[in-house]
Amino acid sequence: MATTGRIKPPLGHDNKWWWDQVAAGTLALQRCSQCHTLRHPPRPMCGECQSLSWDSIPASGRGTVASFTILHHPQFPGYQYPLIIVLVDLEEGLRITAGLSDCDPADVAFDMAVEAYIHEDADGFRIPMFRPATGRKI
Amino acid sequence: MAISMKNQAAIAGIGTTAFSKNSGVSELALACEAVRNCLADAGLAPGEVDGLVTYTLDSSDEVEVARAVGLGDLTMFAKINYGGGAAVGLIQQAVMAVTTGAAKNVVVWRAMNGRSGQRMGQGVSGNIISSDLIHWSWYMAYGMLTPVSWVTMIANKYLHKYGVTAGHLAEVAITQRNFALNNPAAAGYGKPLTLAEYLASKKITDRLCIYDCCQETDGGTALLITSAERARDLKQKPAVIRGVTQAATRGQEQMTSFYREELDSLPEMELAAKRVYAMAGLGPADIDAACLYDAFTPEVLMQLESFGFCKRGEGKDFAADGNLRLDGRLPNNTHGGLLSEAYIHGVNNVAEGARLIRGTSSNQPKEVNHVLVSSGVGVPTGALILGRD
Repeated sequence: MATTGRIKPPLGHDNKWWWDQVAAGTLALQRCSQCHTLRHPPRPMCGECQSLSWDSIPASGRGTVASFTILHHPQFPGYQYPLIIVLVDLEEGLRITAGLSDCDPADVAFDMAVEAYIHEDADGFRIPMFRPATGRKI
Repeated sequence: MAISMKNQAAIAGIGTTAFSKNSGVSELALACEAVRNCLADAGLAPGEVDGLVTYTLDSSDEVEVARAVGLGDLTMFAKINYGGGAAVGLIQQAVMAVTTGAAKNVVVWRAMNGRSGQRMGQGVSGNIISSDLIHWSWYMAYGMLTPVSWVTMIANKYLHKYGVTAGHLAEVAITQRNFALNNPAAAGYGKPLTLAEYLASKKITDRLCIYDCCQETDGGTALLITSAERARDLKQKPAVIRGVTQAATRGQEQMTSFYREELDSLPEMELAAKRVYAMAGLGPADIDAACLYDAFTPEVLMQLESFGFCKRGEGKDFAADGNLRLDGRLPNNTHGGLLSEAYIHGVNNVAEGARLIRGTSSNQPKEVNHVLVSSGVGVPTGALILGRD
């Protein structure tokens, strides 16, 4: 029987570019071309200056845990439980939601230092994850 | 000059179906039954209904309900977005219609096979690329698919920051279960819940157990909103709408407002509080009972703070002092709420608000002049204050 993998994000104009960058190994942060305000999750317009022009910069991947949730039930195929999801305050001043690996659920803590890396599933799908900070690069 | 909606309209009818885990009928059938029962309760002929409002999530279209029930010519119909965040929004639409003359007699409803059909906890998915789906895309790949997964992200920070324990959350769950023991319509009827059972129960997330999460229900609830003047001529004591508002704030997302600086408060609920108190000319001290949206227990504690019943971080103490019980300062969800009566997406909480004003709750506090009702938490939301005629 074939195993069901991770649910893939539906892709549209406003998010496909970001996942393309992930596939190329980069955790990208969207930046307004006009006022240079960073924003995440990506959106088509800058909420500060209403510009529709934007580019992106690579994130350092360094941050701290602003909050987290450890999920036990319900369980979906393609994920390992307990499933740890973190909100990370990135050093660039943005917050991002992602999974946390390499950490015992009992050890997850508010304000713990974490770092991003690009995880690759068995089917080749790539997704940013975080792990406790080691000092390694993304 | 703006038109004032204060005291212009009233809830004049309440109708429900049986609440069950397997209705065996369509959601349209549940909607029709709730609407019919609502009109019978009010004593209004179906042909007099000229406005309808429900949820975007409701599978029954307005004209399907109108045709099946035999309603009259419709001059206003609308669907409100954001799941349980719509509950009070339905009332706001109806009050605006009644106050402006867009419609005279508006029925609002929510009917769902929430256990045997589409369950809220079965996870988001979809193929049509919309802004909503792109929003969920940031969470789906990580397996963050259910309301409890999103709510815990905010609740965890709040519980941690203010030292809220399982015992505090149990007080909310058990208080409402005790109310349900007196409400034959409730899922919790005949099922007492002890602290030991609560503490030993199945974990859903690291901070929330099964009893911190609401019911999943097959059923429907409908309400009739008409002018306060007309309501006086109908069968029931009117629950006059003193104030009603919807509320979403900067940085708001649907369930995932994770990117605002503070994670441990509910800015949209604070806006709802400010607006609804101002419209009603009332404050927290004037509120005698509440139906605070309770899909998850921490939401009740957080809203006690949003609506000014206690200071920031003191929701747990307010609850621990027994204030949510029948003889407490603010009896809350006296029907059992979403936790222990039924999950009709909050419309059953609005119905209980009207019952409290009528004096017909199965747990009726002694003196109730004003009741506060809120919509969903963590979503674009709203608040409602009901009063006696």
